[in-house]
This record gives sequence, C-alpha cells and structure tokens, in this order.
Amino acid sequence: MTSARPDSAGPVTASPPGTRWPARAAGRVRLPRQPLVRNLILLIAGAAFFYVLTTSVSTYNDFQIGEIALYAVVLAGLSLLTGHNGQFSLGHGAFMIVGGYTLALLQAYDPMNLALELVIATAAAAVAGVVVGMPAARLSAPYLAGVTLLLALALPQLAAQYGVFGGEQGLTTTPPIAPGSLNSQQWLAWIEILCALLVVLVLSNLLRSRFGRAFRAVRDDEVAAALSGIHVARTKVLAFSISAACAGLGGALLALSVGVVNTGEFPLSLSIALLAAMVLGGAGSLIGIWWGAVALVYMSTWATSLSKQLALGTSASAYLSDAIFGAVLIVAMLAAPTGIQGGVRWVLRRLWALVIGGPPTARAPGAQAAGGRAAGARASGREVAAASANAGSAGPAFADGSPTMQSTGPSRHTEEDRA
Amino acid sequence: MRRRGRRPVLYRSWVAVGAASVVLLAACGAGVGWTSGAGAASTTGVTKSSITIGATVPLTGPAAPGYSEIAPAMDAVFKWVNAHGGVYGRKIKYIYLNDKYDPSTTAKLTRKLVLTDHIFADVGSLGTPTDLAIQKYLHAEKVPHLFIESGCNCWSTSKYPEELGWQPPYTTDGKILGMYIKTHFPGKKIGELYQDTEFGKDFMKGIQMEVPASAIVSKQSYDVTTLAGAMTTQMAALQAAGAQVVAMATIPAATALAMLPAYAIGYTPQYVVDNVGADAPTVGPLLSSFTQLATKTSSKAAAAPGLLNGVITNIYMPAESTATNPWIKVEKAILEKYTTTTVWKKHGLDGNTEYGVALGYTFVQALQAAGKNLTRTSLMHALDTKAKSFHTPGLVPLRYSTKVHYGYMGSEVVQETTAAGTFKTPAGTWPSTKVLSPVYTTTTGRGPVKKYTGKVPSVPKALAKLAG
Repeated sequence: MTSARPDSAGPVTASPPGTRWPARAAGRVRLPRQPLVRNLILLIAGAAFFYVLTTSVSTYNDFQIGEIALYAVVLAGLSLLTGHNGQFSLGHGAFMIVGGYTLALLQAYDPMNLALELVIATAAAAVAGVVVGMPAARLSAPYLAGVTLLLALALPQLAAQYGVFGGEQGLTTTPPIAPGSLNSQQWLAWIEILCALLVVLVLSNLLRSRFGRAFRAVRDDEVAAALSGIHVARTKVLAFSISAACAGLGGALLALSVGVVNTGEFPLSLSIALLAAMVLGGAGSLIGIWWGAVALVYMSTWATSLSKQLALGTSASAYLSDAIFGAVLIVAMLAAPTGIQGGVRWVLRRLWALVIGGPPTARAPGAQAAGGRAAGARASGREVAAASANAGSAGPAFADGSPTMQSTGPSRHTEEDRA
Repeated sequence: MRRRGRRPVLYRSWVAVGAASVVLLAACGAGVGWTSGAGAASTTGVTKSSITIGATVPLTGPAAPGYSEIAPAMDAVFKWVNAHGGVYGRKIKYIYLNDKYDPSTTAKLTRKLVLTDHIFADVGSLGTPTDLAIQKYLHAEKVPHLFIESGCNCWSTSKYPEELGWQPPYTTDGKILGMYIKTHFPGKKIGELYQDTEFGKDFMKGIQMEVPASAIVSKQSYDVTTLAGAMTTQMAALQAAGAQVVAMATIPAATALAMLPAYAIGYTPQYVVDNVGADAPTVGPLLSSFTQLATKTSSKAAAAPGLLNGVITNIYMPAESTATNPWIKVEKAILEKYTTTTVWKKHGLDGNTEYGVALGYTFVQALQAAGKNLTRTSLMHALDTKAKSFHTPGLVPLRYSTKVHYGYMGSEVVQETTAAGTFKTPAGTWPSTKVLSPVYTTTTGRGPVKKYTGKVPSVPKALAKLAG
C-alpha cells in the first residue's frame, strides 16, 4: 500500500488540458511527484517569460507588470477560498491592510531583510485570517460575506484612529534598493513576480494535496465531508487563513510599490474589484487569476484612452472604466460561466480535438458537462465529494481499502488528521 | 508494471513545454532589438519649444466637488501664456490625471507621468495622503514636486529638497485666527469643531498656541470619511458647553453641515472658520442645496446662504468680491477667455478657480526666473533664491528659500457679509468681504504672529493688459 499515497491519487485541478486524469486511473499512483515536477517546470518557464518580458518593455510597463503580479498574489488566495472552498469574502482589502501596515511598521521601527519583512507581513495576515475565520467558519456564505464586508469598512477607520498607524497620512515604506546598476522599477517588479510565482507554485501543490481535496469536499457538501472524517470548521479556517495570508503578502507588495500605506489606499471598492476580477479570470483557476490581474491593472488605462478617443468629459471617462469592467464581467459570465480561463480551456480543448481528431472529452467525463461548465477543479471536486458521500452512507464496511477509497482517499484523511 | 494512461500524458507535457520554449526563444531573439538605449542629453520634459508638466488631481469621487476646478483653472493660465508665445519660446503642456484622491492610483499615474510622458516637473498635485504617496518616488527620480495643494506641515523638509508647498500651512492659519480670537473676544467661551485628520489637528494646534487653554470649553470633531448628515450632536454639545465662539477647521460641505443644524436648534455662535471651509461662493450654494434637500422649500433654500453672514475667516489672496482689485480683474479675464465654458459659467471666480489661476501663475513666474537655459536645477535655484520677488496674487510674497519650502505664510482676517440670496456665478449676487485686520505673517512653530509691513506683490504689466 505504500504506493497509494494520498497526494498522488487525487484528481488534478486547474491544469492544462493535457494533464487531467480521471480519478479511476490507478496507474497514476506510480508517479507520486509528478505534479510538483511539472509545476516547477512551469515556474521556471514563467520566470523566463517574465524575465524576457520585463527586460524588453519600458520601465513604466515594468511597474505595471509588477502590479499585475501583486494582484495575482491576492487573487490566488481569493480564488482558493471561493473556487475551492466555496467561501465568499467581500473584504479581502482588509487583509491587504494588515499586510501593508505590518510591513510599513516593521520598516519604521525594526528594519530588517525585505524577504523577512514580507514573510512577517504574510504571517500577520494569516493570523488575522484565523481570528476572522474562526467565528466565520460557523457562518454560511452570505453571512460570511457580510462579516468580511464589515471588516473592510472598519479596518481603515481603526488605522486612521491610532497615531501609531500615522493617521490619514499613513506610513511610508522604503522601496528595495536594486543591486548594481539595475533599474529600481524592474527590480521591484522582479520581486513581485517572484512572490506571485512562488505563491502559485505553493498553492497549486497544496490544492493537489489532501488539503486541497478536503477544501473541495467541504465546498461541495459539508455534511458528507464531515461524515467522511474531515474537520469542516478547521478546514474552512485553514482555507480562509491561507487566502488571508496571500492578501497580506499582496498588501505588503502594494505598500512597497506605492511607497506609502494609508487608509485611502484600500477602499471598499478595491475588495469588490478583487472579487470581480477573480470571477472574471475563473474562480478556482490559478491561471485564471492572471487574466483577472491584467484586467485590474489595465482596464482603467484602456478605458481612459478609449474615452479620450471618444472625446468624453472627465467624469464620463472616470466612470467608463467601471462600466467597461462591469460589461466585460457580464459578457464573460454569459459566454464563459467559468471565467476567461474556463473559456480559454474550452477553446483549447476544441482545437486539440481538431488536431488529434477525436474528442478528448472522453477522458474526463465529469469535467465536460456542457463545455463551458467544465472547470476541472469543480468537476473533480465533485467526484471527491461524491466518493466521500458514498463512503459516508455506506458506513465503515468500505473503509478498509475498497477501490473507491483507494482512488480518492477521504478515509485516509480521517486517519491522518487524527494521527 | 501498468503504464496505462501514462505515455500520452507525458507526450502532451513535453509538447507543451517544447512549444513554450520555442515561443520564449523567439521572444528572446526579438527582445534584444527592443531594448532601447535612450539617453537624452537635454532636460527631461523640456525642448526648444515646449515644457511638459503633469499633476494628479481628483476630477471625480468624494474630493472632486470644488477641487476638480483647480487644474482647469491652472491650465487656463498656461493657455494664456502659450497664446502669447510661451515662456522663452516654450509652450507649456499640462497633463493632469484623475487619481480620485486614491493614493495607490496617484502612485500609479505619477509613474506614468514620469516614465511615459517624461514630465519636467509635477506641479499642483492635490491632497495630503496622495502627495505623500509620491514624495519618495519623485525624490528618487529627481523630479521637482512643486506647489503641492495641501496645507500639511509636512512639505518643508531637508529630506526632500525638490518638494514645495504653496498655500499657508494650517498651523499658521490657526495661529493668526487664534490671535484674532484672543484679542477680540477676550473672556468669551471658545469651542472647537475640527476634521479628525491632520488638517483639523494642525489648525487647532495653531489655535491652542494663541488661545488660553482655560477658554476652550468643548472640542468636537467629525470623521471626514463618514461625513454624510447634519452634525447635530456636535453642535448641540458646543451649545450645551456654552461656547460663544466656535473655531472650525472644516471642509466646505462640513461647514454647511455644521451651520444648518446649529441654526435649527437656535444656536448662533460667532463662527471663526479656516479659509479651506469658508469660501462663500463655495459654501453658499452648498447651504442652499442641503436646505433644498431637507425642506423641499425653495424660499428657505434661497435664504440659507445668509447663515454665512458674519462668519470670520482668513484669506491669503484678495477676496473674490473685491471687483476693483487688479488681480481679481486679471483672474476673471483669464478664466473667462481660456477655460471651457462649463468651468467659467458654473463656477466663475470662486476660491478654487482663484487658487488654480494663482498657482499656475506662480509656476509661470518660476519659469521666467529660471531663465532661458531651463533645467530642474535652475528652476529649483530660482525658486529658492528669487521667489520673494515673484509677482503672484498673494497678500504676502512667497516665502521660499533654501531652508523654507512653504509658499504663502501670511493672511488677513476678514468677515463675510453675505446677504441672503442666490449665488449666480459669474454674474449675480456676490457676498462681500470686510477686512478686519492687517496682513499677518507667522511660522509653523512657536514664532510670533507679526504684522506684515512689506510690499504687496503687484500685477505685472503683461497681465494687466489682459484685463484691459
């Protein structure tokens, strides 16, 4: 049984079309480390891509690419929370505040290595996530959304209230000094990109592990998940805390990038825009978040130049970007309900079918319901839950190694969680 | 060994990685050609025939009402200059972008201005939190950060030598009005109403330097981010404490939201309001529209601006109502001819458009003083050494020196004598302003409030011609 490790048997999520396997593929058991290897390859390819990109565009574009990366960090956490754990947060800007202010306070009172500062800022947001997540774990979706909304409204007020946070002016941050003759904007962008790629690497491995499966099991059916031995509240708090940590890291990077943290920097509209961008990219997809981040950074730029071409007044042009964002969101939801990434995947699959000549959809039947609905993450999550539910209803008689249990392994979670 | 399902998977992975590599290699090859090694020998943003400058200002959002008029008014001055051949043959191109008063947007847009628009200087960016967000960046890029539209006590530091304030710091406003209260209302009970930000706190710091602590009977504040309704609680507290004089550091909307409920509960103290929130052509219409909203009675709405009658404030530029003042004539002429009709017809010359014209003209004077060979260094040198002789609309000359980077450090105390009536700008009923004191100057620190005895800057001939 050594080969049937929990982290190798689970279905794969949010991956290119070529790498999705049906849960029944028992042969997969023999390649325990492959997701990690593949992710590392992708990470290096991504790093190479960004290196070439940042060195060939203008300094201002470097700044924007850095911004895309920092929003990708936040969206990755939000995507995990909503796409994989089914929880909604309307106030992720609040955790960005925690991360941003932590970094600024560290730099003001106890300057240290930037990497360490970023880690501490991330940890602070993770702790905040646990504190908020604990009571929130008892709440169902709309109420949790309400709590987080309240947090996003209240936290800036608190920060403005106490002198240590610098009031309305906030606290300034020191941008990292670029080594040698390197452009400081480019250096900052690289730091942001590195953070984003690492976050995506960690999260994509996490989502393939038993934690990821537990997240999805809880999302699909809490009762079934509980019956199969998953500690529902703990799982929800964990997911919330991880996503808060991502937001904290993103907030710290934003503080570095802007050069100052103050309460005006994290308005409620930011939290809402984050959620919208995450949905636009494709909830649960770690590739989709990049589409969302690009939309967040470039939408207003495009809208401004568009309104200039149309010779609209200043107020019209200011609201045009929001209007376009909303319109794009509506169109995307109609055309590709699983977000841009879902749509891209669908197109790629069609192209693949044309090239190969056969419908690749046969490989993962659960994932193919009605094309656009086909996010692998959701479908495979459902399989887990369904298996869990089966296991639960069938009672302990199957818990000693029936085929179902081997391929999805929820009972193993039980044993390991309690060990 | 079961290998079922494995091979196709691997194939696909390698195909994907291979394809990605090809794309990357192609990108690398192309990338070499893209990198440009531009190294302009001349000053950024300055050519033989043009000067490009930029700013970030709120054109929409909560801070926009009033403040959105400033940049177009500045641009009117530049258009007038450009129409007359520019400064040393260079025409001024002013790019002002809408940051909605959001610091992260300010940071983003300022990078755009510096990196893609290649501005020579950042001139007239608005707001304390927003300008703080860009001070380090502009310093690192060595871009002059001029005439920041904020009275924060934070712009004059040796750490940021290319940074200049312009309007009087709030603490100096507080000291001058505080001294007036001390000498003209001795023994009266004083109350405070202030915005709970640096603006309000700095102003009250000035008040408290002059007014004895025992005279202050109540301190009330409001939170600008939740400023939505009438401040009945605060005004009732001031009334209960028996405050006969209320010193206020409020933005225009807050001034109106304080006076209306006070009037409703029969509380009519002597108001002493910082110039930020006392501009009659700005506050008057607000009083009207709030009353209209609350009572739906046009006659009451028309009468509401009358509440401003008797309000004491300070001004550092000639009052808009003194139609015979040569500066006012010139300002009106520039606005009428060189702004879009909406700005002129809607606002005419009010506190914000006057501010914009004066600030724009300050920059023109700085360019003239910097001379033909314009560089960032020559501009900063001119501001540090020659600003005291600039002809700008201030009641006192600009104060800039190598040590002080605040602009106007003096003002006079005035009283609004607003008759109940409508505000129709630019023509129509205008509030008039009664001057109560000589012009005073002071510092942000403990220095005394002194009477200004020097010359008041006059209108240069080229400008005077414009007004006819």
